Amino acid sequence: CRLDLSQTDRYYESVYNPCEISRVYISNQCVSSATPTEEMNGAGNLMDFLDEPFPDVSTYEDFHTIDWLREKSRDTDRHRKITSKSKESIWELIKSLLDAWSGWVVMLLIGLLSGTLAGVIDLAVDWMTDLKEGVCLSAFWYSHEQCCWTSNETTFDDRDKCPQWQKWAELMTGHAEGAGAYVLNYFLYILWALLFSFLAVSLVRVFAPYACGSGIPEIKTILSGFIIRGYLGKWTLLIKTVTLVLAVSSGLSLGKEGPLVHVACCCGNLFCSLFSKYSKNEGKRREVLSAAAAAGVSVAFGAPIGGVLFSLEEVSYYFPLKTLWRSFFAALVAAFTLRSINPFGNSRLVLFYVEYHTPWYMAELVPFILLGVFGGLWGTLFIRANIAWCRRRKTTQLGKYPVLEVIAVTGITAVLAYPNPYTRRSTSELISELFNDCGALESSQLCDYINNPNMSRPVDDIPDRPAGPGVYNALWQLALALIFKIVITIFTFGMKIPSGLFIPSMAVGAIAGRIVGIAVEQMAYHHHDWIIFKNWCRPGADCVTPGLYAMVGAAACLGGVTRMTVSLVVIMFELTGGLEYIVPLMAAAVTSKWVADAFGKEGIYESHIQLNGYPYLDVRDEFTHRTLATDVMRPRRNDPPLAVLTQDTTTVEDVETLIKDTDYNGFPVVVSRESERLIGFVQRRDLTLAIKNARQKQDGVVSSSVVYFTEDAPQLPASNPQPLKLRRILNLSPFTVTDHTPMETVVDIFRKLGLRQCLVTRSGYDRSVSQIYLEILEIQVRRRFPPPSSLKELEGILTEEWLQIPLETIHKLYESIPQRIEAVIAAKSRRTPYEIIFC
Amino acid sequence: MKSVFLLEFFSVLCFVLLSTVTAKNSEDIRCKCICPPYRDVEGQIYKQNVSLKDCNCLHVVEPMPVEGKDVEAYCLRCECKYEERSSGTIKFTIIMYLSILGLLLLYMVYLTLLEPMLKRRLFGHSQLIQNDDDVGDQQPFANAHNVLSRSHSRPNMLNKVEHAQQRWRRQVQEQRKSVFDRHVVLS
Repeated sequence: CRLDLSQTDRYYESVYNPCEISRVYISNQCVSSATPTEEMNGAGNLMDFLDEPFPDVSTYEDFHTIDWLREKSRDTDRHRKITSKSKESIWELIKSLLDAWSGWVVMLLIGLLSGTLAGVIDLAVDWMTDLKEGVCLSAFWYSHEQCCWTSNETTFDDRDKCPQWQKWAELMTGHAEGAGAYVLNYFLYILWALLFSFLAVSLVRVFAPYACGSGIPEIKTILSGFIIRGYLGKWTLLIKTVTLVLAVSSGLSLGKEGPLVHVACCCGNLFCSLFSKYSKNEGKRREVLSAAAAAGVSVAFGAPIGGVLFSLEEVSYYFPLKTLWRSFFAALVAAFTLRSINPFGNSRLVLFYVEYHTPWYMAELVPFILLGVFGGLWGTLFIRANIAWCRRRKTTQLGKYPVLEVIAVTGITAVLAYPNPYTRRSTSELISELFNDCGALESSQLCDYINNPNMSRPVDDIPDRPAGPGVYNALWQLALALIFKIVITIFTFGMKIPSGLFIPSMAVGAIAGRIVGIAVEQMAYHHHDWIIFKNWCRPGADCVTPGLYAMVGAAACLGGVTRMTVSLVVIMFELTGGLEYIVPLMAAAVTSKWVADAFGKEGIYESHIQLNGYPYLDVRDEFTHRTLATDVMRPRRNDPPLAVLTQDTTTVEDVETLIKDTDYNGFPVVVSRESERLIGFVQRRDLTLAIKNARQKQDGVVSSSVVYFTEDAPQLPASNPQPLKLRRILNLSPFTVTDHTPMETVVDIFRKLGLRQCLVTRSGYDRSVSQIYLEILEIQVRRRFPPPSSLKELEGILTEEWLQIPLETIHKLYESIPQRIEAVIAAKSRRTPYEIIFC
Repeated sequence: MKSVFLLEFFSVLCFVLLSTVTAKNSEDIRCKCICPPYRDVEGQIYKQNVSLKDCNCLHVVEPMPVEGKDVEAYCLRCECKYEERSSGTIKFTIIMYLSILGLLLLYMVYLTLLEPMLKRRLFGHSQLIQNDDDVGDQQPFANAHNVLSRSHSRPNMLNKVEHAQQRWRRQVQEQRKSVFDRHVVLS
């Protein structure tokens, strides 16, 4: 047995506070091969790996939480096995190298597949969105933009018109203009939208119900250690990809960003199954999924660093440094793959990439902060209203008609959206137009400023101009679009189709921001003698950029809804590719977070987690209860006593009745009913499987067989049936706290160590002296550097250290014995273990 | 199922790589110049198939609408953008997407409409109802495992496929129950 202490310590230190490294890990290092003393083995290891585990013994049931400590120790064990084997032959060495590399290979594959899928989704959405309005006659697979790619018939005024692209009315009746054509186009637009959303919802319903929704709340819960079988399965991946395209192109107020994270996580899970390192260990699998989430955001926004930060800030629960590197790699590969597909033809990863470099001025911070306040208010309103609506859907008759609901919302959206040009087009295009500044070449209505005829400046630097009638017209339409988006998004998010929230939130913010931007611009133009404008806005200068306001507004609204800060700013900064706007973006994001937090601490994802009642301990939550572990533990004072197993007197039948009568996830094992000293903890699922297995395969195991958890079989008369040894499924080091541990500490232990259960013992006075000795010994051995590399060396060190324990310590211990015994007597020699059932 | 997905993935990947490496269709590059109105010349958009280094106003704007001395002033206002696309990828993606969607729709129609009808004709009405009840009575979340262990017994290939399909359908039914009926997840 090799004690590789320094390495393990460092690994765990990177995750946890060093004082929380328990001795468990140390002795776990030398469990399976001969340890110096039997006591040491018994004192420390998490799982007894001497025997081969049963099939399925390592897996968990659906809708249960995993035991992070156990997963970690299993991985350490596996790793050690591979390392020791790799010295045996070249082939084993190669295998160990492959194993070490498999993490990176998985990342590469995730990046490639999620980038490709994002490209496919982008291309298909582009085409399908345009299909609602018309078709390309020369090649039906081209979208409007692609159809007129080389056409020279486009004019300056009508930029996207070419003969190859025909609207439906034009194709059917031959008339492109007129009321009849408008009505026909309107009708067909609604019909297509209804068709797309109907297909989406029925595909979801028939093939993969888990493909609906945004997926981020569930992924957060899964990453924190919950099991939802099939949530990241292959069918979910396929259906989510296919229906996402349909849902987005049906014109509903939803985006593809959140679902893309889910799609990327499905890819992660898919590739996990190729490598036993990840497929057999739920803890390791979650590391991969964190990285996959980063890749998902990376392709959604074209922001690799933002993706990694999003995974770190928003979704991940356990994020070691190793995962940081890997997720960055996966995010980069994904972004590069998407870039090489080039779905938008502009060599950018997102449609609404912006590029401007006009400066901003200090005084503009006031409107930016006002936009932040708006974002916060929108976030609060959205979360409250959406949760209320989702609760209604969950509890009332409304939830019985998911298909009808989707059809109805799509119908309303399409009917209201078509007349307004800003809501008719896809939301990404709208955001793109709002973000972009008005150059001299823009043809959009928003850029209908009154130009000075003898202006002769270069294109880039256009001074502030008075707004033309087009701009005022656009403002009205935008205001209507704002109200429409605010209302319809509340009802859309949470329907039973893939629906993301980022894009609609950003659209709301961008519309509000653009309106504010134009207002400030016109104010500055008409009143540049006002004292606030005097300093920074000369007449004839370009001092207000309405596009920037739109961007700040989008960031504020997204921040208000999701409560992201750093990752949001980085995503926006990667969208613009310039450092100039970090301060406005931060001001808006932080203000919106403050304002939104004032009304309620939870973001939309946490609220949905709560609504669904997933077991999720938020790392950011603060507990201020002044309670102790004894106040919250089960059973409570008036409950029946705790269900326990004894180490060598319970029979198989007893165990089976216990399993049948209770629904606890595990049972503590004690020495005997009288002394109730805790030996270990056994999981319900393991127990069920082990007994079932033994009944099938082991001869002589009957209902009256004794189940024993000790090292050796109990002495029984020969007439008794064969006993059943279950030590291998016994967790010999369950996590225990004393009953006076404050609740904050207990919650912290649960959160940081990812425990499933924690046993509460009534004070730990009854430890024997020899055990304390071993503890001291172990601490001293741990301090040695370099660590011992062979068994002989360890033995030498142990003897050496044993001799070095000062006599004083031993004396003190001896002196304390009466005191300890008194304490034990005071506790009536009972040390009752309790189980805290959390969540 | 896994192999199908992997195959799909690799075919997509190969295609993307191929299309980016080889096919630079002559139609796939363009240089687009937007020239705003200048004096009495109307605004105009020009598109040409030229390489990146030739993508400027002088090469693309043909015929030049202004006289020699004004060319420079006119061109200063024009904005030229070089753009690339891969028409092969677009075509392949859309057609592949549509065929997958079509297959899924066919399968959906089969599962929801045809199969119950066939079953009814084959087994009669009573067994179908019983079958439904059977599924409904099962324990909420625990049956995936039972089904898994049950499917080990028969070695036959066809049976295996059928069992896998049965297992999958059970799982989907479970999911449907928890999402649409009981609203325990994803509501």
